[in-house]
Amino acid sequence: MSPIYMDNNATTACDPAVVEAMLPFFTEQFGNASSIHSFGAQVGKALKEARGQVQSILGAAHDSEIVFTSCGTESDSTAILSALKAYPDRRTVITTVVEHPAILTLCEHLEKDGYVVHRLRVDKKGRIDLDEYKSLLDDRVAIVSAMWANNETGTLFPVEDMAELAHAKGILFHTDAVQAVGKLPIDLKNTKIDMLSLSGHKLHAPKGIGVLYVRRNTRFRPLLRGGHQERGRRAGTENSASIVGLGVACELAQQHMEVENTTVKRLRDKLERGILAKVKNAFVNGDRLLRLPNTASIAFEYVEGEGILLLLNKLGIAASSGSACTSGSLEPSHVMRAMGIPYTAAHGTIRFSLSRYNTEEEVDRVIAAVPPIIAQLRKLSPYWSGDGPVANPEKAFAPAYA
Amino acid sequence: MWDYSEKVREHFFNPRNSGPLDNANGVGDVGSIKCGDALRLMLKVNPESEVIEDAHFQTFGCGSAIASSSALTEIIKGKTLDDALKVSNQDIADYLDGLPPEKMHCSVMGREALQAAVANYRGEVWSDDHEEGDLVCKCFAIDAVMIEETIRGNGLKTMEDVTNYTKAGGGCSACHEKIEDILIAVNGRLYSNEPKAKKAPKESPVKPQLTNYQRIRKIEDTLEAIRPMLQRDHGDVSLVEVDGKKIYVALSGACQGCSMEAATLGGIQHKLVEALGELVQVLPVAALAHS
Repeated sequence: MSPIYMDNNATTACDPAVVEAMLPFFTEQFGNASSIHSFGAQVGKALKEARGQVQSILGAAHDSEIVFTSCGTESDSTAILSALKAYPDRRTVITTVVEHPAILTLCEHLEKDGYVVHRLRVDKKGRIDLDEYKSLLDDRVAIVSAMWANNETGTLFPVEDMAELAHAKGILFHTDAVQAVGKLPIDLKNTKIDMLSLSGHKLHAPKGIGVLYVRRNTRFRPLLRGGHQERGRRAGTENSASIVGLGVACELAQQHMEVENTTVKRLRDKLERGILAKVKNAFVNGDRLLRLPNTASIAFEYVEGEGILLLLNKLGIAASSGSACTSGSLEPSHVMRAMGIPYTAAHGTIRFSLSRYNTEEEVDRVIAAVPPIIAQLRKLSPYWSGDGPVANPEKAFAPAYA
Repeated sequence: MWDYSEKVREHFFNPRNSGPLDNANGVGDVGSIKCGDALRLMLKVNPESEVIEDAHFQTFGCGSAIASSSALTEIIKGKTLDDALKVSNQDIADYLDGLPPEKMHCSVMGREALQAAVANYRGEVWSDDHEEGDLVCKCFAIDAVMIEETIRGNGLKTMEDVTNYTKAGGGCSACHEKIEDILIAVNGRLYSNEPKAKKAPKESPVKPQLTNYQRIRKIEDTLEAIRPMLQRDHGDVSLVEVDGKKIYVALSGACQGCSMEAATLGGIQHKLVEALGELVQVLPVAALAHS
């Protein structure tokens, strides 16, 4: 049986049209865009077109606001470090507890250097408290960085409102939008968002290409200095093949925006309903009313996620557990913990993230596959007995923790 | 995905002795707070002979936790309690053809469950004395708590000290920033290499010419130089453990089970003796289980 890929928040397959557009840039179009001769000039033209395609999907006012980078992480680091350099008297960063490690690990590192980091907390559904946020905005803050959509639950933050509030206080606002771009309509020119990160491989472009949007007139300090590429804001020879691929991917994503928010959303909802109807002691994480159309985060109580993934994998189904991109980590996801999900459910959380390539038949197969897997693992669980949890699970099994 | 051995996968997909055990007379419930895994081990012990007649488990945990539990029950069935208590976490890992360094704690949890179940059978109270921290050195599976305690206990000042006392940082060196952070947290600042720690650990059997750190580096460099030759024959070698004069290596690929294995190990030993200027013994990783 053909494998089923439902881990599109981790990474996506390159669209064949993207690959096709890229191929000439490995062979005849190998020129350096900075060169004066015709080898370079043609590449330069292709980069300009790609820049326009990215501008379009972001709704940016100018194509010169698009800075190509190597990945989402580089874009995130560039944004925050730029703000701290540009406003040396401001030593505070505001972010949230549920950000991607690309932001959180950088912030921990900044704290070691004496910067102050405020991490906004979230409630059970993963929502921040705007009043807490407002109370923290003052002239010591260099930048606010909040993700547009959470990678694990798909929950959306009101980043446009947050940007307005920051702007009113003269504070820069950055959003890590790697999960949002291509899945939600975005129109940056009508927002107060100053900087935005996107990552190509989350929207069917290749890995190794990202973008930092920098609004015109935003004070900016480059991370990499050197040549004049990207108008001196990101030195280093352009990754022309990947930039061209990203441009095509953005154009395709724009064309499929409606599919994403109708067909894909319907399949995601069907998947959730189908699984929850057959598996008890399971629930959906995040804000069900305000989230990405493709993401389903389901907690299965009293079992552990890795076991579920290994058994799914045996059936050719690819999904991910709580802390997706860090299979080197054993702890339950920081996102689940921040939402106050109990250990016994956080550990059993599985994320299914769909794309426009998933089919109804695949969703049906996953709905059929999951219940027996959960039942099989619950049979091994000390918290489970027969067809339900043991009475008083936390008391009945209270191991001596080391 | 983790790099699990076939044996781990097999024990996960087909766990032995899972589920409740009626008439169990020794039960141990333990967990690892770090990863949230937890295990209940149930024993049926013959009161006359103290032989474990049956053993079952229930586990809330990852694939390797379930496999380790399954392996543990298989290992201890038929053993007397005293013999069973001699089973180490390394025995459990070896039974499964090894565990990734991040998952070694699953085997530790198995051993702790065994101790707890035996204590329960004997009417004693088992308490755990081992605290687990973030894994820092992935080459030698050394966690942050162990490093911090060793720094405090011995007044360690430098990166080299830490490697000499704990082996942490003696491999790929990617964890040096984290170890330096721990040194700074404990000592308030980072000392350069000059001021040495009070004295080398007494039990260290290592020759004084090279520090443990330098010695491990040298062993690694030597193995690194040998690898291309083995790789040409579709084999490979990696360092597993250095215990005084005994250097344990894992042969993989075509080297594994090759009829020339002894000769290969002999050749590696020759190179290492030359490089280190001392007599050492190179042993296959399997020998580690019996040591």
